[in-house]
Amino acid sequence: MSSKRSTFLISALVFGFAFLYVPILLVIIYSFNEGKLVTVWAGFSTKWYVSLFSNDGMIDAAWNSLRIGVMSATLALALGTPAGLVMSRFGRFKGRTLFSGMIAAPLVMPEVITGLSLLLLFVTLEQMIGWPAGRGLSTITIAHTTFCAAYVAVVVQSRLSGMDTSVEEAAMDLGAKPAKIFFVITLPMILPALLAGWLLSFTLSLDDLVIASFVAGPGSTTLPMKVFSSVRLGVSPEINALATLIILAVSVMIIIASLMILRSERMRSRASADAQH
Amino acid sequence: MSSDKLTIKQRFDRWMIKHGRVLVIGIPYFWLFLFFLVPFLIVLKISFSVAEYAQPPYTPLFEWIDEGIAITLNFGNYLFLLSDSLYATAYLNSIRIAAISTIITLLIGYPMAYGIARAQGSMRSVLLMLVILPFWTSFLIRVYAWIGILDREGLINAFLLWAGIISEPLIMRQTEFAVYVGIVYTYLPFMILPLYSTLEKMDVSLVEAALDLGCKPWQAFAKITLPLSMPGILAGSLLVFIPAVGEFVIPELLGGPNTLMIGRTLWNEFFANRDWPIASAVAIAMLIFLVVPIMWFQHIQTKQEEGQQ
Repeated sequence: MSSKRSTFLISALVFGFAFLYVPILLVIIYSFNEGKLVTVWAGFSTKWYVSLFSNDGMIDAAWNSLRIGVMSATLALALGTPAGLVMSRFGRFKGRTLFSGMIAAPLVMPEVITGLSLLLLFVTLEQMIGWPAGRGLSTITIAHTTFCAAYVAVVVQSRLSGMDTSVEEAAMDLGAKPAKIFFVITLPMILPALLAGWLLSFTLSLDDLVIASFVAGPGSTTLPMKVFSSVRLGVSPEINALATLIILAVSVMIIIASLMILRSERMRSRASADAQH
Repeated sequence: MSSDKLTIKQRFDRWMIKHGRVLVIGIPYFWLFLFFLVPFLIVLKISFSVAEYAQPPYTPLFEWIDEGIAITLNFGNYLFLLSDSLYATAYLNSIRIAAISTIITLLIGYPMAYGIARAQGSMRSVLLMLVILPFWTSFLIRVYAWIGILDREGLINAFLLWAGIISEPLIMRQTEFAVYVGIVYTYLPFMILPLYSTLEKMDVSLVEAALDLGCKPWQAFAKITLPLSMPGILAGSLLVFIPAVGEFVIPELLGGPNTLMIGRTLWNEFFANRDWPIASAVAIAMLIFLVVPIMWFQHIQTKQEEGQQ
């Protein structure tokens, strides 16, 4: 009976992972296809990579996206970390329900709604106080920061909730100031979560099409906007090449980050094991 | 000099102790309030304005703001949404497509999450990593990958024609079927992760006890595993359902011209028709439907956090 069950589970896993990975693998394989058609393999070639790198519009859009990504991930970390701290360590305060709602809602809010509402806010603000003057990289950065901060807050909060508070309490008993406790004790302990939160924000920002389309201005085309306008017309080998590069970069980034997190966790558990001896 | 500096530092410390808490709460609070909550109020306001003022892309709000005081609530946009069956169709389609996709995602995701939760040590982390990895790679590119597979000249048709199973290419892209495939594919990790975290915490000995006491495996599953994993099922389903209702990219790239979804309608009202008030009214109509699931999701989130603490 139990072997029948495990056969079912294993086939579910095999089928599920095939479903997740075969489409990605096909994109990678066909990025090296000589011909323009997807279905016909015309021999190995890297010409689509060459043509991708000589596409100035694509390169400009990629730079815009990278700049927005770094800026908004950093801002999101600066806003989301205190938000996560407040949610897990500050107990009850006036307006807490609203606060937790404003952190949970951006995670599921349909992007068209977020995009439209932010655009209307920017337009209204411009009428009222003259800022932001026009739309462009800065408005996209603000928009991305807002929803990325919610993700960072959730990551930081769940890390803090699963963490032992005894060291923080001991430091408080010994008279350390709250700010000092945060920077000397809490921050180093949640560092892996901060790294994960930054990377998550960076990739979310790099990936966003809908919100950016609403709040972008002339001259602030991002990479997803560029990809979308060419993908609308069908499959293009150049996009396959770009996709392969993105997948490669993300995989390398994730593997390095998880190795770093794993190592820091191992060192910590070893240190605590040593301390117990 | 040094004593002067010290007093500034002391003053700063004293100020921080007194106001630090307010500052730490206040900065993210203010940001989210201004850039997440206030925008909805503006959408609500503009949904009541008159479409004529909004004909050119950038001027409408100037005029609208100038007459701000004189403006009375105009329900015309909402009446228009009710009178034109296109919007009702798009609305109901979105809910139906999102609900069916959520169920399919759950049916595929549950056994996967269960299998991962029951896998051994290092194998489990590898499998978990394999679930998370596609979630990090571009959403747009994962949708795009299916164009090449489902297209008339795509890989499935090429294979089936080559194998002699079909003589005419099947129409798969630009159908509702393709939209289901796209949603299930891109949202699957969102379903698996919360399911995994509840299944992993579950006490296996309960199931073993039930089996020892003569329960059939499916009974043990229905009576113990399924109820205990309910928080994960709910969280995963809401994480898929809510954004899927407003999905734009998937119906646009994989769906046909007849696959009306409310997110796509909003996009077209805004970008193609440049009718901001109608687009705002569509957004508000979508929000009214989604407010209950969103609050439910927030409730589950908070409960889970409190359970952890």
